[in-house]
Amino acid sequence: MASLGSTRRTFAPWADPAAKPYIRFENVTKRFGDFTAVDDLSLTIYEREFFALLGASGCGKTTLLRMLGGFEQPTSGRIFLDGQDMKGIPPYRRPVNMMFQSYALFPHMTVEANIAFGLKQDGMPKPQIAERVGQMLKLVKLEQFAKRKPQQLSGGQRQRVALARSLAKRPKVLLLDEPLAALDKKLREETQFELVDLQYELGLTFIVVTHDQEEAMTMADRIAIMDKGKVLQVATPAEVYEAPSCRFVADFVGSINTFEGSVTKTGSAARIRDRSGTEFRVADAGEAAAGDTVWLAVRPEKLSISRERPADAANALDGEIWDIAYLGDMTVYNVKLDDGRIVKASTINSIRRLEDALTWHDRAWVSFSADAGVVLTR
Amino acid sequence: MAGTWGRFNVVALALGFAFLYLPIVLLVIYSFNESRLVTVWAGFSTKWYVAMLNNRGLMDAAWVTARVAFLSATIATVFGTMAAVALTRYTRFRGRLLFSGIVFAPLVMPEVITGLSLLLLFVAINFDRGFATVTIAHITFSMCFVAVVVQSRLITFDKSLEEAALDLGATPVKAFFQVTLPVILPAVIAGWMLAFTLSLDDLVIASFTSGPGATTLPMKIYSQVRLGVTPEINAVSTVLIGVVTVGVIVASLVNKRQEVLRQREAEIG
Amino acid sequence: MVRLFSMIGSRLVIAVPYLWLLVFFLVPFFIVFKISLSQTTIAMPPYLPVFGLEEGISGFIRNLRDLSFENYLWLFQDALYVNAYLSSLVIAAVSTLLTLLVGYPIAYGMARAPATLRPLLLMLIILPFWTSFLIRVYAWIGILKPEGLLNQFLFALGVIDEPLIILNTTSAVYIGIVYSYLPFMVLPLYAALEKMDYSLIEAAQDLGCPPLAAFWKITFPLSAPGVIAGCMLVFIPAVGEFVIPDLLGGSRTLMIGKTLWDEFFFNRDWPVSSAVAVVLLLILVVPIAYFQRAQARAREQES
Repeated sequence: MASLGSTRRTFAPWADPAAKPYIRFENVTKRFGDFTAVDDLSLTIYEREFFALLGASGCGKTTLLRMLGGFEQPTSGRIFLDGQDMKGIPPYRRPVNMMFQSYALFPHMTVEANIAFGLKQDGMPKPQIAERVGQMLKLVKLEQFAKRKPQQLSGGQRQRVALARSLAKRPKVLLLDEPLAALDKKLREETQFELVDLQYELGLTFIVVTHDQEEAMTMADRIAIMDKGKVLQVATPAEVYEAPSCRFVADFVGSINTFEGSVTKTGSAARIRDRSGTEFRVADAGEAAAGDTVWLAVRPEKLSISRERPADAANALDGEIWDIAYLGDMTVYNVKLDDGRIVKASTINSIRRLEDALTWHDRAWVSFSADAGVVLTR
Repeated sequence: MAGTWGRFNVVALALGFAFLYLPIVLLVIYSFNESRLVTVWAGFSTKWYVAMLNNRGLMDAAWVTARVAFLSATIATVFGTMAAVALTRYTRFRGRLLFSGIVFAPLVMPEVITGLSLLLLFVAINFDRGFATVTIAHITFSMCFVAVVVQSRLITFDKSLEEAALDLGATPVKAFFQVTLPVILPAVIAGWMLAFTLSLDDLVIASFTSGPGATTLPMKIYSQVRLGVTPEINAVSTVLIGVVTVGVIVASLVNKRQEVLRQREAEIG
Repeated sequence: MVRLFSMIGSRLVIAVPYLWLLVFFLVPFFIVFKISLSQTTIAMPPYLPVFGLEEGISGFIRNLRDLSFENYLWLFQDALYVNAYLSSLVIAAVSTLLTLLVGYPIAYGMARAPATLRPLLLMLIILPFWTSFLIRVYAWIGILKPEGLLNQFLFALGVIDEPLIILNTTSAVYIGIVYSYLPFMVLPLYAALEKMDYSLIEAAQDLGCPPLAAFWKITFPLSAPGVIAGCMLVFIPAVGEFVIPDLLGGSRTLMIGKTLWDEFFFNRDWPVSSAVAVVLLLILVVPIAYFQRAQARAREQES
């Protein structure tokens, strides 16, 4: 597994200008009546990539997936798969398969018959079908359930039948619509890793739609974050988290503190002054020009909390401890600044019991370094 | 508190079911009456069943009715299922509003109007009335009942099942016959049974649209009832009730058995 | 090629039932309307003019001139028809109310019955609906006759000295309609009541509402869609009912379905019976449209 991890790290075709995209959405728009589900969207996905479409419900991510599957036709724009324009090609002629959110297992067929369904449509000879079905059952560890009907399986087993059925035809691309949404938390976490291993072993391209940011970050090589039919950022999980492109992304993935202010000094040792006059030291203000309104975004774990102001802190704010959420592995403090703003700071509970722990209504300082935050211009 | 409400419920149900079933039970009992008078009990006898079987006119009418019911129910099931699919799957086509109107209107249309209008159509196009016209009339109104039964099933049908079939390479026609139809089959069968009994039952529309040589059983019963109540009619009625009751009970038991099996297996699995 | 087939397939699915219903349901209404404007004659078919193709366009126009609204004037001048319409509406309305009164406690009892018992009760309600309507009406003749089972029973109890005359009166029609249409009332009521969350009643009682008040303030309003659907399913067909007034009602019970039947089969007056049908349809269009809209709204709310 160690070697697997290292190979995965070097997999980055999107950074290679010579790499050819496998799937291309070109200015795709989809309208349902007055509602624009997907708005002039362009996106490229590479072969063997595990790609996640992340967003709240109604952001257009499922519509995008269904257009690739052939269940919806774009109102305008084009979709290419392996260089071929997909316009007018019906779902049953596309080399992609979909795993449905409801699993859509045929209730009147056994597990075996469900998996064989797609192969039969292709007119594959019976012995070969039997062999392939056997392989698939083994792959998802359901050999002894071959003769069962879907109603006789648990949620996790059904999910695996759906997976086996959509993989049986060896599609070039597997589309997964909220594949883990119906599973409980523990099973979901296990299955995330199984899916990643499977994708790597089979060498397929996976496109997964999810509203769960943890799920997307765990599984995907790259994540596209969508809102109102547009893609806001396409990047690796680490980039999305540490260098969000805008406030929406910063806020959607994890929790974050944002301080609105204007740039008073640009360049490498920039300064940002907020409305209550506090001046923040920032290592890099990026493109922002002096006088621009910007947002300094800092993740709670990048903040330290202490009774006294740390002597070496680049930025420090003081306030009153307003709320404490003890989560076991860490503790989140909500500190209310004197101007009423709430700042979140989290600390890892690496020591079992803290003597002199901070408590409600204590005065406390939150501090962070000059490179702890990211400056957002929109 | 719960006790008094419970008692109220039980009494309401007991009275309600007595009201529903007592007339039928009495009808059945008096079909075994020795006397010619329906209302005076004179001992047990099956002679009215023998009389019924020997009544040539009655038996001919029963045969006509059985054929009309079977044929019209089968065609109505095909057409009604098509109409249900059209209404649930194609949300936009020209004339959809009119279509849904004429699918649902026959459900509440007074039979005298449906019967009269069909008769006038047949006369206008010079179509001889008989077996064919009764069958056409029965297809027309019972297909709408089938459409309603099948449509209510299709509304809850998970459309992604059909999409999954398409995704796996099945053409729309194959997807319908291999996935959709098997799943909605119980509703289609229920629709057929409904169409069959509606046809078996119909007096008014058949009276308008039938011609010489195609007298149906309800028409025959009606003409005899108008002459007076006889135990022979009770006997015919008892047979009809028996056939329908057994049919419905068997159908629902089969249905229930499958459900129980499915549940039990699900618990094991 | 495959797409072409599936396109033809989807057209067929719409076209076949659509055309069938157009030809055998909608077109006949226009024929009824046309004949209602014709005149009675002793011939086959017994009305004039008959639009024949052989007469050509000039004949068609001449025939159009022969159409008139005379039959409708006749309907409104003769008190028989006006009274028949009015009394049909009254009888249908009264029987609908009676059916609601009888059906509501049954539906309520079913909805509150143990969940394991409910499918059986449901089936017991549906079962009579499957058995012949004509037979169920017929069964009441033997019960309601002057020397019938009801009178025998009441004699035996000593409640009455002389037989109650029920058969061939309007009361018998009420009984017949309530009895025959009861399942149509109970099923939508049950569907509405069964869906209702019983904790709503508990919440009302918890907030200080006594049981009977909780029924009127919570249960009944929430079952309103079922009440409306049930009443419409009884009222609309009851207005045009023929079998029940014919077999159970007497000569003094006027109902328009029976009037139409007699006009057609005994007087052989096709134009007048067509006019009767057209007016009946116009009367029923309002409740039918209302019912369909209520149903559509209920479906929307559910989805």
